[in-house]
Amino acid sequence: MLHWLTDPFLLTFMQRALVASLIVGVLCSVLGCYVVLRSMAFLGDALAHAILPGVAIAYLVGGNLLAGALVAALLVAFGVSFFTHEGTLKEDTAIGILFSAALSLGVVLISTIRTYATDLTHILFGNVLGVSRADLILTGALAAVVLATVLALYKELLLVTFDPLLAHTLRRRPGLMRTLLLVLLALTVVVSLQTVGVGLVAAMLVTPGATAYLLTRRLSTMMLVAACLGAVASVVGLYLSYYLNVASGAAVVLTATGFFVLAYLFAPRRGLVVRWARRGRARTAAGEGDTA
Amino acid sequence: MRRGARRQQSAYGDGASLGVGGLHSAPGSHDGALVGPSGPASRGDAVVPLDVDCVSVRYGGDAVLQEVSLRVTHGTQVAVVGPNGAGKSTLFKALVGLLPLRSGRILVHGRPAGGRADPVAYVPQREEVDWHFPVTVTDVVMMGRYGRTGWLRRPGPADRRAVAAALDLMDLGDLARRPISDLSGGQQQRVFLARALAQEPHVLLLDEPFTGVDVTGRQKTLDVLTALRDRDVTVLVSTHDLELAATRFEHVVLLNRRVIAQGPPAHVLTTEHIAAAFGGHAHVFQGMVVIDECCPPASLPDEG
Repeated sequence: MLHWLTDPFLLTFMQRALVASLIVGVLCSVLGCYVVLRSMAFLGDALAHAILPGVAIAYLVGGNLLAGALVAALLVAFGVSFFTHEGTLKEDTAIGILFSAALSLGVVLISTIRTYATDLTHILFGNVLGVSRADLILTGALAAVVLATVLALYKELLLVTFDPLLAHTLRRRPGLMRTLLLVLLALTVVVSLQTVGVGLVAAMLVTPGATAYLLTRRLSTMMLVAACLGAVASVVGLYLSYYLNVASGAAVVLTATGFFVLAYLFAPRRGLVVRWARRGRARTAAGEGDTA
Repeated sequence: MRRGARRQQSAYGDGASLGVGGLHSAPGSHDGALVGPSGPASRGDAVVPLDVDCVSVRYGGDAVLQEVSLRVTHGTQVAVVGPNGAGKSTLFKALVGLLPLRSGRILVHGRPAGGRADPVAYVPQREEVDWHFPVTVTDVVMMGRYGRTGWLRRPGPADRRAVAAALDLMDLGDLARRPISDLSGGQQQRVFLARALAQEPHVLLLDEPFTGVDVTGRQKTLDVLTALRDRDVTVLVSTHDLELAATRFEHVVLLNRRVIAQGPPAHVLTTEHIAAAFGGHAHVFQGMVVIDECCPPASLPDEG
């Protein structure tokens, strides 16, 4: 049994994969709490797809793919912030326009590349087993910056997420905080690409956060629970991927989805079963009241 | 009218027996620029807490406020009365600097509204917030202190005392650790009020605090108004309730995009003025004014 658990991680690339998955699992889940509470799931997905032109350009000029992705994600984040600034456009409209434009640009650029092959498909679907030492250091550093910012500005970000009007009247710079949240989200998406890929980042952003939302009643505990769920899902997913020989990113996401389904059914306060029981009890009570 | 007078008396009575006075005497309330009502404009000064001069606000092409002027003196409690879509919420949002003015100016203690440290607290209508958000009652009330706790700082003991005092005053002590999604409409309104009290404002703006609130919530709000009167806090309350405006406030502003009339209730709430403000919704029936407001006009999404 112990061998079964330790065997996979005798290999260096598996050790790196484990660390990378854990970082991404925790980071996505914490940021995901804001994504769930501010209904930004669409934005997370859009940011992930919008990095494509950045990656393609970086590939064409032979630069660092992650750096290209980061620049593209930040540009789109600022773009969304700019178009919605004065209320000219609704956020989802601005996101829809920028996201499809960036994606199309990415496709155009990639179709000019004759020889693109593994590197770009890795960006699309993630390749946690191919994480290099340098990648790991960059991932860790970016994740540390994002998490430290979330911790330091906990009350400001809580305020702008819960009640932007009050943030405004208290002069807590709601516009700046909203842009900051977008930047943090962009960084998170980029950091996650290598592990779960463009297609699945949104799932990692939303699923653990939504699960924690069902289980908790305070933002701080929600973040903590989401982080734990994300970490566990990453590890379990990695084992599944090793023993079943399936794509690791997808395995992680499916594990997180499993947790969500469990919470949706059995959460102590908001779960389906509890709600059914409550309704059933109310009906019985009403029935007894009728006969009495 | 007689019933109204009795209610007024009971509000005063309850207020007097209420153990208030905790908030402004709380330690730490006199740090920084936002001190209690003994602040920059004391009674009788030429500088009034709120000076609104010929303000116009537009949404899209629609003039929501037209040349509104008011001067509210220190410690006055003002009822802002008008039909749905009259611009009551718009006026309040303009007063806290949330909306750009088309023309005119708003001075808070002699300084333009929207400055860094306006001692104005705004209690919006309840619908403006997601009540399923995972925060506790204490968390929400603590947010009222965020304007004073600096960036990157955690709230200190003074903040916690102010929050406890505000919770006590609103009778929310038992609910302090509960998530806000557990609360009734009236309790939610009280949480908002407690948060505004924790801000220790000079000027308090309450947007429709009596709408959709149970009897306890209503009484509690009236008690707080009485307590605030003792502390010389200037209060503006928007309401549909003409009787309440007539019996409980010393100053009434009748608003329908422009100021129809303002002054003491007896002077303002005349049949002609009310008819002018409420238009087709006001019917005079055997000497009584009846307001029919079942169906707010669909073209005005702004007001509740």
